[in-house]
Formats: sequence, structure tokens, C-alpha cells
Amino acid sequence: MAASAIRKFSLTLFTSKVPFSSKVIASFQCQKRAFSFSKCLADRLYTDKHEWIVIVNGKGTVGISNYAQEQLGEIVYVETPALGTTLNPQDVSGCLESVKAASEVYSPVGGTVTEVNSKLASEPALVNSSPLLEGWLYKLDVAPGTNTKELMNEEAYKAFLETIVH
Amino acid sequence: MMVGIIGKYRPFCFHHLYKTIKSNRFSSKAGELKRTCLYDFHVAEGAKIVPFAGWEMPVQYKSGIIKEHLHVRKEVGIFDVSHMLQTRVDGKDRKKFMESLVVLDVEDLKPNQGSLTVFTNEKGGIIDDLIVSNTSEGYLYVVSNAGCADKDMAHMKAKEAEFQKNGLDVKLTTIETALLAVQGPSMKKVLQPGLDFDLNSLPFMTTISAKVFGAEGCRVTRCGYTGEDGVEISIPSNCAVDVLSSLMSSPKAPVQLIGLGARDSLRLEAGLCLYGNDIDETTTPVEANLTWLVSKGRRAKADFPGAEIILQQIKSKPTKRRVGFTSTGIPVRGHAKIYSQDGKELIGEVTSGCPSPSLNINVSMGYVKTAYAKNGTKVKIEVRQKMIDADVTKLPFVPSNYFIPS
Repeated sequence: MAASAIRKFSLTLFTSKVPFSSKVIASFQCQKRAFSFSKCLADRLYTDKHEWIVIVNGKGTVGISNYAQEQLGEIVYVETPALGTTLNPQDVSGCLESVKAASEVYSPVGGTVTEVNSKLASEPALVNSSPLLEGWLYKLDVAPGTNTKELMNEEAYKAFLETIVH
Repeated sequence: MMVGIIGKYRPFCFHHLYKTIKSNRFSSKAGELKRTCLYDFHVAEGAKIVPFAGWEMPVQYKSGIIKEHLHVRKEVGIFDVSHMLQTRVDGKDRKKFMESLVVLDVEDLKPNQGSLTVFTNEKGGIIDDLIVSNTSEGYLYVVSNAGCADKDMAHMKAKEAEFQKNGLDVKLTTIETALLAVQGPSMKKVLQPGLDFDLNSLPFMTTISAKVFGAEGCRVTRCGYTGEDGVEISIPSNCAVDVLSSLMSSPKAPVQLIGLGARDSLRLEAGLCLYGNDIDETTTPVEANLTWLVSKGRRAKADFPGAEIILQQIKSKPTKRRVGFTSTGIPVRGHAKIYSQDGKELIGEVTSGCPSPSLNINVSMGYVKTAYAKNGTKVKIEVRQKMIDADVTKLPFVPSNYFIPS
């Protein structure tokens, strides 16, 4: 699916009326971006509480979905878990605060917190502007034997959102 | 079904008001949420709609709560507050009638003068807060909270029946018009061109019957819930969209629609109470730091509901008092427990709080034991098992900007 998306992208570029040199550059950049983007999409798993996790080699990165940040509104304060905290799946692992409300974050999987996004202390709104990348919340060593079957992939999460958004 | 991030998302302070109220104001079937006559306008403007006090109301528009909030402080914002209960009190015994329910010296109001007041119960508790204006057209114009509309109406109706039974002349009518709050320092610039009178002749807490952008039968009252200079305009429903459109397209200043979210943070910065959070039937005006509402004449007569308890508290200080708090770090919100500085003594509870968009610190208010109510007192507030340092701080947090000619 990712490969065909890239192909489609490049095809459009090469048939458009742009000077040759910029065509090449544009197509290269687009391919690069499209590739890393679709890689993220492929790896990201979601909870029904709208957190996401990307697990690479037993290391997990956790954040909230774009839908969640839209619902929460402008985040003004982010509480992240303390380093070394051992979390069970669905433990409260942090809190996001807007002017209007405080919303707890639940850990998608169990594990030990190894890093928190220190940028969020001074720029909490990164969670709004870049929920899937720069606005990540914390990283953890995923507990051995973790089962991610309960989590949704991008496609399943999209379908799930359809059921709750009318 | 939905829990976690989204399930938790709800305007905390408003939650208790979500119950549907029974009323036939505007169009709605029994049990359904009601819509104001400006509902479609809000949706077209990108409003996020939430249930509030039995109504479907905009909580914010596209720009979001912080931008809306700051826009009201800097320029001018318009709030649809048509969900509030507007009541007209006619009859020659109307002032006596209103005085039997509130702590205000209604007889003492000059023509077209209004005041904030409270309905009190026999224990001195607050049934609702409201604004009573003594119109020069010979009736009282009363505006009270949407969330209390049912009980306010029942309360007033019961007293009306009692008065009428005793041969007194009083008649209540619900006013079914739209109500727009136009708030902010640029209010005068955008509203004056549409008026048939000079806004300089309308000081804070006065009212006038007027034509507004061509709409006859409007009432303009210089009041609001933001701490800024502003008015509330009662407009016949069929003219509301036109008047709102005229204001929105003003060339004099940028006008934005403002939702309930910013309405809450603005009133908090202004130190104003939200009924159901900061005041209710278990708090008296004295405890709520609203002793100034109890008119001198009424104190002398001691003839309002709950007078005995309220007057006793004025004389010998209440056991608890509403105060403001400022803090940094984790935002403090309603229901947080307040402790003495050493963390040993539980001294009270926060009733509402939020990060302040104007001040970039956290502001909150709540009740503490009177010994801790002095400004500058250091306290601890517990949020998610953490003890936050907070200072008792003078209200309002942001200086008010009312139009009070000297």
C-alpha cells in the first residue's frame, strides 16, 4: 500500500508542468517524505482512549492522536511520568491540561519509563501542533511478553473514529 | 463507553448543569436539548457545540478558548446568552414582591438602574444570582441563570401566587428574546453606530429600551460577566441574526464570537462567581464574600429570606469565606482540597479554577476557614497527590474595566 502511494505521488509530479530540474528535486523530497510518513503510519498502534504507541525493538514511544488533541483544545500544561516509573497497561501515565479541563493519559502498554519529552515543559502546545511526532509524551522499555493485539492499527483506529464521530 | 482522554473532556465546572430543564422557551420537543435562535449562525461560524443547562451551546469557535479569551480583553467579543432566563415583573407591588425574594433594596433603585443580587433561602443559602433592573417603563427586568431557570421560575411563581392571593398586584412574564453579551474595550466602537442613544449616558449597571441596528424593542443593559466594559442586549428573536451580523461586520474593530469556554475563564479572572460551583444553596452571601450585595436598608429591616443567619454572620464573621488563589505549575481546578502551609490541616476546597490566559499563571477560587482568608496567606492545594503552593490573592485577578463615570 505504501509503495503504491509513492508511485502515484511521483507519477503526478512527472506529468505536471514544472521545469525538469525542480521536478527531480520535488519528486525526491516527496518520495522521502512519503516513505517516512507511511512508515510511521504503518507502525503506529492506537488505544480506544486515543493514545498511540510506536514500538521499535522493544522501545515504545507514546503520544495522543490527532483526534484527541482536536477534542482537548489548546494544551497549556503537560504532566509526564517520572523517569523509571513502572507502568502497567492502562495505568495513568500523565495528564494534559487545557484552559477548560484536565485529561488523563493512559499507558497503551506496560513497561519502564526511560525518557520524557522535555520540550513539552516550555512548549506544551506541541501536542496540538504535532501530536504524532514532536508532541510525543514519553518513551518506555516495553515489558517483556507485551501483547499488542488489543491495540488498533491506523486503519482500525480510523474505523473506530467513524463509530464515535457522527 | 468513551473513557480516557476524550471521556474526561468536558467543561468540568458545567458538568452538573447538564440535566435538561423543562421549558418551552424557543423550539424544542420534550426531553430534547434546546437551541437558541442563533444556533445555525454558531454552526456556520465553526462552533463546537456542547450540551449546557439543557441547551446546545457553543463552547468555542475555530480560534479556540485562549484566543477568544484574549480577544475579549483586547478588542470585543460577542456571547450568545439567550439561554439565560429573562423575566418581566409587572404590577404596582412588583418591588415589594422582588424584595421578598432577594437581599437588594429594590425600592431604592433609580429609574433604569439595576443591580446584581441573590435569591436567598430561609437558611441564608443562595438559590441563584441574578440582575434586577428597575426599568423606566414601569416593570422590573430580571435576568437569572439558565441552569437555575426551572427552580427560579418555580420560586418566583410560588411567591407570585402568594402575593396575588393576598390581593397584591404582581405579574410575571417570561421574556422570550435573544440575549447577546457584547464585551470588551472596543464594545463602544462597534455598538455606538447602531444605537439611537449615546452610550456615555449608560453607566455600568443601568439599562435602556432602545433601537439597535434598526431592530425595535431591544433592551441594552451595561453589564456582563467578563470584568470588561460591555452590554447585554435583549433582542426580539426574529431580529437577532441581523443585529449580530451588523455587529460582526463592524468596520470599527475586529469582532469575534466567544463560546462558553472563554466565558468561564474570563469570569474567573474577573473574580465573578459561577452558580453551582462557587455559590449554591449551602453558601451564604457573607461566606461567598458577597456581603456588599446585602443593601443597608434591607439589613436595617432584616426582612429578606435568611436574614437572621446572614445578619449574624455579618456581625460575627462566618466560619468559611470565598477567596482567590494564584499558583504556578499544575493547574488547580474545582474540588481540589486546600491545606494549611505545613500541609497538616485541611482548611477548605477549591470551587473553580483554570490556567489564566491573561496572566499565564493558575487562578482559582474556593472556600477556606476564615482564619486563612487574609490576602497573602500561603496555602497548599492538593492536585493528583501533589501539594501545590498557592497564595490567597485579592479578587479580581485581572482589574475590572467597568464604565463608571466619576
